Amino acid sequence: MIRRTLILLGLLVSSSAYGQTAPPPQPTAPQAQPVDSGLQVTVSDESAWQDLGIAIPSFATEADVPTQTSAGSTAALGTALGRVITDDLKNNGLFKPTGPDALPHPPFGQIQAPDFPAWSGRKAEMLVQGYVRAAGDGQLTVGCYLYDIALKQQLAKAGWTVQPADWRRAAHKCADMVYSRLSGESPFFDSRIAYIAETGPKDHRMKRLAVMDSDGANHRYLTTGQALALTPRFSPDYKSILYLSYLNGSPRIYVYDLAANTQKLIAETRNPTFAPRWSPDGKWILYSMATAGNTNIYRISGEGGKTQQLTDTPGINIGGSYSPDGSKIVFESDRSGSQQIYVMNADGSNQHRISFFGGRAATPEWSPRGDQIAFTHITGNFRIAVMDPQGGNLRTLTDSWQDEAPTWSPNGRIIQFFRTERGSGKASIWQVDLTGRNERRLSTPVDGSDPAWGPLRP
Amino acid sequence: MPRSPRLRTVAFVLLSSAALAACGKKAPKQLPPPPGPAPVASAAPATQGPMPGSQADFVATLMGKDVIYFDTDRYNIDDEDAAALAQQATWLKKYPAKRATIEGHCDERGTREYNLALGERRANAAKNYLVGLGIDPARLSTISYGKERPVALGSDEASWAKNRRAVTVTID
Repeated sequence: MIRRTLILLGLLVSSSAYGQTAPPPQPTAPQAQPVDSGLQVTVSDESAWQDLGIAIPSFATEADVPTQTSAGSTAALGTALGRVITDDLKNNGLFKPTGPDALPHPPFGQIQAPDFPAWSGRKAEMLVQGYVRAAGDGQLTVGCYLYDIALKQQLAKAGWTVQPADWRRAAHKCADMVYSRLSGESPFFDSRIAYIAETGPKDHRMKRLAVMDSDGANHRYLTTGQALALTPRFSPDYKSILYLSYLNGSPRIYVYDLAANTQKLIAETRNPTFAPRWSPDGKWILYSMATAGNTNIYRISGEGGKTQQLTDTPGINIGGSYSPDGSKIVFESDRSGSQQIYVMNADGSNQHRISFFGGRAATPEWSPRGDQIAFTHITGNFRIAVMDPQGGNLRTLTDSWQDEAPTWSPNGRIIQFFRTERGSGKASIWQVDLTGRNERRLSTPVDGSDPAWGPLRP
Repeated sequence: MPRSPRLRTVAFVLLSSAALAACGKKAPKQLPPPPGPAPVASAAPATQGPMPGSQADFVATLMGKDVIYFDTDRYNIDDEDAAALAQQATWLKKYPAKRATIEGHCDERGTREYNLALGERRANAAKNYLVGLGIDPARLSTISYGKERPVALGSDEASWAKNRRAVTVTID
């Protein structure tokens, strides 16, 4: 059911975003954003951007009519859209957004013709305006416009048609448009996160598989907690999740089908399997399997079939993360005597160590941009660090008692990880940008660990 | 790596508490008992002492030697572990129909996935030693809990030493 909705929505969003088939909303006709006007920005020094103010007033509506959303009528929904966009653009070290609760509400007629003199009196360089309209069948059309107030110029515009239940996706798409137009980076807000929700005492934590939007909304538990669940990974098409479960008593990797709410083992074996990972194209699954105490890395087709063993050394070889082109795999091994990071070709050949900087290095994850590898650097404390794929340019991004298991945002700009509190063992999910300067906690209903981002949604 | 004096003390305390528990009505299934919350309840009702050949009997007989401890990041069987495993083997030979699961555990100062593999390695080291003493490998299974099921709840060396363990649990 969810799957069908997703596919349908994906079609609607992509078609209207590219202005191909969906009827353009009247009176505006959002199309693909222009790339030839306005600011040309590269983010080489975020500190210069801290003060880029963005005003985000309520989205206007021609007719205030009821909607099937949780937000209320189209007018209330317009304010809610502005709030979601404001929250997205906050806390990433680039912008200083002001939301609809502190701003005047522009009328519908001004959406395409902003009152620039009025806005220039405010502490904002950029203005995001938009509208929302409800069709008779309940579908919502949302238009989004980005203006440079000083230049009195439109920098970008886009529109989306969404089902009522997915209204927040329109806001995330708008925030993505603003973010990428102003930063020059790829978008990432319209994405989802799988993680492990934790409750209960330290010696008997209940751990449940859970999913949520990138901002924590639309939270849903997928397992009951009767079986310990760990280390989820969204498939690149969001149709399934790989994770570890003690379902039948021992740790095994399952693939959970989100449409059918069913799951199955990825490999028929009596041995324990750990550390599941998808290939970037979703065709392969990496997993680690222990045999007589030794753990090695294997791959299997997402369709099942024969497994191929990629590592074969005594000790523990575990994890594994593909380079974005699928040609290489970075993984963790203690073959040298302690946990260190190695790279091999996707067929297992040419295994070589890349971490040579003291301490232990664990849980490597290749950036979706290919230029960095994030990992857990253990030198007394556990810290999140990045290095280049050759093992150079080590940079430590966090400093806490125990930060571990980094995964990447879809655009490779933000790293998500979990932080464990000394003593209580309570875990929480955090995000840090590549500069290490902007760190924030992601709010979850209960404690959280093992966060893993899915890709940008279509 | 030699065992630290602190760990010896811990082991002694555990032995004492195990001995006390063995005299009482109920033997805890796992030793040492966590300092805070109540220990895991015993499987055996045992009003007249544990039934011979039961898990409760195994725990009472072994007096703490149903658990062996490891140094940080290690999985080798040292002399103390070997002595404990020899006692386990003696009991298992006395009850040849009994099967057992060896649970491997780690302390919290490791990454989650590595600890799952390390716990499996520790459980296997214990299993291999028992097999070397003549126990049929078909009677022994292993399971790793990584760092997911600590018995000592502190974030200090003493707690971590108690959590780096392999626990033999016979199947009733």
